[in-house]
Amino acid sequence: MAYAYRSHPWRSCPEAEGRALRHPVLIAGGGPVGLTTALELAAYGIPSVVFEDGDRVSEGSRGLCWAKRSLEILDRHGVAKRLIDKGYTWNTGRLFHGEQEIYHFVLQEQGSHKFPAFVNVQQYYAEEFLVEAVERQPLIDLRWRSKVVDVRPGPDGVVLEVETPHGRYSAEGDWLVAADGTRSAARRALGLDFQGDTYEDCFLIADVKVHASLPKADRRFWFHPSFHAGDTALCHKQADDQWRVDFQLGPEVDREAEKAPEKVIARVRKMLGDHPVSVEWASIYTFQGRRLERFRHGRVLFAGDSAHQVSPFGARGGNSGIQDAENLAWKLAFVIQGKALEDLLDSYDVERGQAAAENIRLTGRSTRFLTPKSPAERIFRDAVLHLAEKHLFARGLVNSGRLSVPTVHEGSPLNTETDFEGGVLPGEPCPNLLMEHGYLLDRLPRDFVGLAFGPAPDLPFPVIAMPMQAASAFAAAPGTFYLLRPDQHVVARWQDPDLKEILAAHARALGG
Amino acid sequence: MALVTTPNLRDPDGFYEALMELHEGLSPEESAALNARLVLLLANHIGDEAVLEEAFRAARRPALVQHSP
Ligand SMILES: Cc1cc2nc3c(=O)[nH]c(=O)nc-3n(C[C@H](O)[C@H](O)[C@H](O)COP(=O)(O)OP(=O)(O)OC[C@H]3O[C@@H](n4cnc5c(N)ncnc54)[C@H](O)[C@@H]3O)c2cc1C
Repeated sequence: MAYAYRSHPWRSCPEAEGRALRHPVLIAGGGPVGLTTALELAAYGIPSVVFEDGDRVSEGSRGLCWAKRSLEILDRHGVAKRLIDKGYTWNTGRLFHGEQEIYHFVLQEQGSHKFPAFVNVQQYYAEEFLVEAVERQPLIDLRWRSKVVDVRPGPDGVVLEVETPHGRYSAEGDWLVAADGTRSAARRALGLDFQGDTYEDCFLIADVKVHASLPKADRRFWFHPSFHAGDTALCHKQADDQWRVDFQLGPEVDREAEKAPEKVIARVRKMLGDHPVSVEWASIYTFQGRRLERFRHGRVLFAGDSAHQVSPFGARGGNSGIQDAENLAWKLAFVIQGKALEDLLDSYDVERGQAAAENIRLTGRSTRFLTPKSPAERIFRDAVLHLAEKHLFARGLVNSGRLSVPTVHEGSPLNTETDFEGGVLPGEPCPNLLMEHGYLLDRLPRDFVGLAFGPAPDLPFPVIAMPMQAASAFAAAPGTFYLLRPDQHVVARWQDPDLKEILAAHARALGG
Repeated sequence: MALVTTPNLRDPDGFYEALMELHEGLSPEESAALNARLVLLLANHIGDEAVLEEAFRAARRPALVQHSP
């Protein structure tokens, strides 16, 4: 059964009726990143208006692998459980050369984890669950069929021109989060360009249903598959017993011919067996590794695909966008609430710019391994594959995508460095340890918080008393203290700090 | 540790002969593939990135005086 899209109607709003309002935050785009930003802001008590051009959630084969950190972020909005219940969870990837499995890699060992390394769910479900959460949240005004056609930034606010089926209106806000995707209207209105690379190779990507009971399988990736004349192929299981298949086609292809269902079905049957197959969606993609140079332009903040675009090998697109949303929301909320100066928002650009650079570098390297650009590159790539069958060292060189893990904001201006070996690094998210009273992240407030292994001084934010059983993950001894930001990332850690040191690190993490 | 470019092979002629025998009867493509495997194996054995970078530089500029092509 194909996904049943719900069409969301346009609804009138004060601006459409000629009443001018001033909103704290406007959000352009109701994709995963815009919706997550709105939910995160609401969790800090900040209302927002989301303008979404479409009347429905995402079409077709886009994001499917949602990473552990995204699940941790979305869990705070009740969305992670929906994804897990609906999707296919996995922790292992298998790599083949021709017909032979050369090795498999384990992203997360068995243990008392709240979340798997990944859950596969079609993007339309992820967005549907986000929309449900948004509809439960009175602080969010989600406006469907509302297209941002112009953005006029000012020194202390932004005016949007919004086009609806019932005409245009202007909307005013103090801040704009531009989460309007790769073809961002906000980027265009501000005259900003993406910089980076475009890759030549075309990939056929399809969601298919195979009408047979196939064994469950985690991520499978083939180099020189025996069933396909191209360089690589990839297969994932996802929700509703569908499979995501991906065939590398090379630089020049007849896009329409390749998308024809008969042709897709023939390819899938060679891959997954001679079963009846139906095609839910098929598209031909080429990929980019590009970004905006800066993500903050005064009162306009870019997040998700409007700020950066990567090839999907490694599932770093949507997952990094969700981290953008989390990183941005607390900072914007603290600035709006007067708890921090505006400069704190520059650290959003620094930290998420660092993440984008890392994601572009890593996905670029993967793409290069999959699509050798010269005879020499091909010779080395194939040499690696041959050696990997027998020699462990060569497996580390095989690159079918380095799967999304959260960026460690090393060297962030918000961190305070101390003499401390091991444990969780400044700029790294807090691990979700299972403790006596449940998972650690479930206990963290929407504020700075201390984790104290032993007595702690009186502080202007909450402190959680940590049991010594949790010490090893934190390289903690009695007296160890960790300071976390509202987005659960470590600011600093000490052995026996005094009050002044902690307060100084807290002030620094608020932008100085 | 620096890249060793002074004589380090006990039996240079013997090594050279063995290397040539390795390539005997191979097509240019097969030889190129074999060389690539060899580079990868040796690079992993060396492990030290600074030494490898020095070797990259030395391989790129083999002579003090550039020969005209
Ligand atoms: C083949 C493929 C596979 C992928 N696989 C993965 C994966 O496994 N994991 C992963 O994390 N990511 C994956 N991605 C990437 C992921 O789909 C994107 O990174 C993600 O959708 C970005 O979210 P976003 O909210 O920034 O942008 P979008 O999802 O593009 O959302 C932007 C929204 O803004 C709306 N909009 C656009 N212009 C306007 C306007 N002018 N006014 C109002 N609204 C507007 C659009 O209608 C849309 O709803 C994949 C992508 C592709 C193409």
